[in-house]
Amino acid sequence: MPQLYELTASELSQMLDRREVSSLEITEAVLARIAQVEPKVGAYLTLTPDVARSQAIEADKRIAAGERIGPLDGIPIAIKDNMCTKGIRTTCASRILDNFVPPYDATAVIRVRNAGIVTLGKTNMDEFAMGSSTENSGYAPSKNPWDVTCVPGGSSGGSASTVAAGEAIAALGSDTGGSIRQPAAFCGIVGLKPTYGLVSRYGLVAYASSLDQIGPLTHTVEDSALLLNVIAGHDPMDSTSLKVAKMDYTQACRDEVKGLRIGVPKEFFGEGVDKNVSYLVRKAIDQLCDKGAIAEECSLPSIDYCLAAYYIIAPAEASSNLARFDGVKYGHRTKELAGHIGLMEKTRDEGFGAEVKQRIMIGTYALSAGYYDAYYKRAQQVRTLIRRDFDKAFEKYDVLITPTSPTVAFKIGEKADDPLAMKLADICTLPVNMAGIPGMSLPCGFHDGMPVGLQILAKPFGEETIFRAAYAYEQSNPWRYARAVL
Amino acid sequence: MTLSKDDVRKVALLARLELDESEIEKQGEHLNNLLNQFEKLQELDVEGIVPTSHSMPVFNVFRKDEVHPSLSQSDTLANAPESRDGLFIVPRIIE
Repeated sequence: MPQLYELTASELSQMLDRREVSSLEITEAVLARIAQVEPKVGAYLTLTPDVARSQAIEADKRIAAGERIGPLDGIPIAIKDNMCTKGIRTTCASRILDNFVPPYDATAVIRVRNAGIVTLGKTNMDEFAMGSSTENSGYAPSKNPWDVTCVPGGSSGGSASTVAAGEAIAALGSDTGGSIRQPAAFCGIVGLKPTYGLVSRYGLVAYASSLDQIGPLTHTVEDSALLLNVIAGHDPMDSTSLKVAKMDYTQACRDEVKGLRIGVPKEFFGEGVDKNVSYLVRKAIDQLCDKGAIAEECSLPSIDYCLAAYYIIAPAEASSNLARFDGVKYGHRTKELAGHIGLMEKTRDEGFGAEVKQRIMIGTYALSAGYYDAYYKRAQQVRTLIRRDFDKAFEKYDVLITPTSPTVAFKIGEKADDPLAMKLADICTLPVNMAGIPGMSLPCGFHDGMPVGLQILAKPFGEETIFRAAYAYEQSNPWRYARAVL
Repeated sequence: MTLSKDDVRKVALLARLELDESEIEKQGEHLNNLLNQFEKLQELDVEGIVPTSHSMPVFNVFRKDEVHPSLSQSDTLANAPESRDGLFIVPRIIE
């Protein structure tokens, strides 16, 4: 008999509907699990058990009155610490925001609360979402629940760890270059980066505004659809959020892929990709073909230039976004007396970690007079070419399938001194943000005891097609039942 | 191209980051490494390609110019390192 904290949101939801369990019982089970394993995993930066309990009690009242709001009413989840939560510390895992208590909620957080979802706390991440392992957290790295000597991935590593460790039933993360999908792959769960503009970024602390997107981390494809149902939709507070018809993504979770056209871009299976990873991904594609899908190799020739273009565009936007941390309005301020420029310089030197400083430096340089055309503009032109490659591919294919990450989770410290190796961990996920298209990472097996993820991509607002392909694969495999032993 | 220590100091000033000598050295090395990798982009012919700053085709999103409730002064100042009489306090700028 599985423990409550091991169940999926949709299983728990049915139990709540049948009055077999209360939201408070589920919440207490998860809080007890947190007390038990959090010292090993380190997934949370801030826990709010009192908030969670009172939300659970409210959910139970609604259920008793027959007024359950929706399928996630009463289900406890975790939230990445770069989404503003009114009255609850929000740090972005940065010392510069160590004492920041937002005066407002992010739109995604409001939607979560309005759906009756119970919020357990805020999860660890790479500082300002800059990284692929949570080792850049200004506090301490999180651990991978499948092997605590390994990283959980990043930057939403804390969110992925909570779900994989049973410390939350689901979680919200954010994805700028793979920060939902890569940790989902490393931790053996489902992670979705929605189409740019599908989920409001209002209240998400900006890293690279043209790439950032909030999305769900869950055990199953259906849970992913349930949580996307809650957070998707136009928001007047975010001018880049798009007006698309509200839909029920669970309707797309059908085991039905006959005739589905799958493109397999060869660039994602090349050098640097572990052959055990590509083997499992290809095996998954074969399984989908056995169910009636049609797969064919294809090519996205501009992908080879994506890494360089991304590491100009994202830092350029970051250098501009992070200019707000000036020691005046909120956050850390240096104790040293230094005049007005010195105040900013010292405050930022003390508050930011090494990786954040590096990205601010490269971004500032790329945007500075005389270099703009050679770097930033050229990177944006490459971005156009990448988008065109995808557009062309989606004329022919419904989905593209690739590995999510070239390898399984690596050891803590293994790549800390090798920035290029660390960045290569995101090589399969970056192009998706550059093009603005949706992408999901889905468990497709294990190598040496560590989870492997495959990535399913579709055209803008093609989430339904992703859910259909993902669900069909998931239903014929046992991976969704696998739980890390801690 | 290679950035000198002075170039790195200039970028650090633009970025409002006070870096000590060892950090200048490290940042310089890192910047030069990245710039080498960026050289790859020069291989591509991008003549006439329109730059993409934003992946979705939305432009000029307007709303009605109406007053809505916003954060109160006290909420806005609550996180300030220093405030007084409803103002953010900063160090003296003019001697």
